[in-house]
Amino acid sequence: MLIAIASGKGGTGKTTVACNLARIAKTPVTLLDCDVEEPNDAFFIGGDLIDQTDVSIETPSVNDQLCTKCGVCSDFCKYNAIITLPKKVIVYDEMCHSCGGWIVCPHDAITTNPKKLGEISIFRNGETTLVQGQLKIGNVMSPQLISSVKKHISVNGLNIIDAPPGNTCPAIEAVDGVDYVVLVTEPTPFGLHDLKLSVALLERRALRFGVMINRSDIGDDGVEKFCDAKGIPILARIPNDMRIARAYSMGDTVVQSIPEYADLFRQLMSRIEGNA
Amino acid sequence: MKIAFPTAGDNLNSVIEGVFGRAKSFLIFDTETKEIKIIDNTANLSAAHGVGIKSAETVSKAGIDVMVCMNCGPKAQDVLESADVKIIVTDESTISKAIEKHNLNKV
Repeated sequence: MLIAIASGKGGTGKTTVACNLARIAKTPVTLLDCDVEEPNDAFFIGGDLIDQTDVSIETPSVNDQLCTKCGVCSDFCKYNAIITLPKKVIVYDEMCHSCGGWIVCPHDAITTNPKKLGEISIFRNGETTLVQGQLKIGNVMSPQLISSVKKHISVNGLNIIDAPPGNTCPAIEAVDGVDYVVLVTEPTPFGLHDLKLSVALLERRALRFGVMINRSDIGDDGVEKFCDAKGIPILARIPNDMRIARAYSMGDTVVQSIPEYADLFRQLMSRIEGNA
Repeated sequence: MKIAFPTAGDNLNSVIEGVFGRAKSFLIFDTETKEIKIIDNTANLSAAHGVGIKSAETVSKAGIDVMVCMNCGPKAQDVLESADVKIIVTDESTISKAIEKHNLNKV
């Protein structure tokens, strides 16, 4: 089974949910940290580092001798990564999405060079495997690294994707193709605003999903009313409990130390399995 | 000398657009012939990013010598300099005021 923990607004509690679910799972679990700009699941899962590899993408390199400055490559490029001036061609490889469009060159003047995008680190702690993607500082092309992390999805047991926040390319790359998405939100106007965007996105991508409300006992009832009106299942509600915040700040999950949260996350897992 | 200004207007009293890469058009003033030419830039504005780079490419291809603007990002600057275009940063609001302030009305 493959699930994703996502949210529109950042800071709602995705990592808390992902790591606690991983801890109480009964089957072998693969946790995929796809928040490649700032992965942090490793603090909560621990374990031994068993593998680390670099991930690279190909970016174009123009042979000035063969190039006639015809501009076909610049016209093709939607990301403005190749610029043709009367006397030279400039490549901005940080803008390049590595689409492979360089093949349009009529003079075979473009070859490619690998450019390091980031790293994938794999940790193992008992029956839990953590696959972490980390973008190299200065790079911005998250989706390609996220798709490399997702190549480590296991055919056995439960796979949990800790998605990046937001509703743009990185989040879409992370959640596409999963069996079920848990949208983590908070009962505030900001939470509701971004939740609506996430719901619209998941409906467009035809993905099954439910909502989990974090800090459910503070704020307003906007999120509850929205979910009720749209018939979106609310899978669980976690109260604003200082013990969770304290555990989080120490790099601990709560399911092993507070029995009522072990129950809450087990019930959440059951509801996910029931709804998926 | 050909001088370019990012602007939505079509004459020397037009306001210089604040963001170079998002200018709707570029006005090119030839100090020799006193001719004015407008280059449309709206096709570049729909891009998600890299508009500064593309706008610099578009305007450089018109064979300008100088670009006068209120600001210019580092990549757009790089493109202009690679095309041997001199960049003048101004805080004057209109084209004619900038021409006067920076003594550009000479051949």
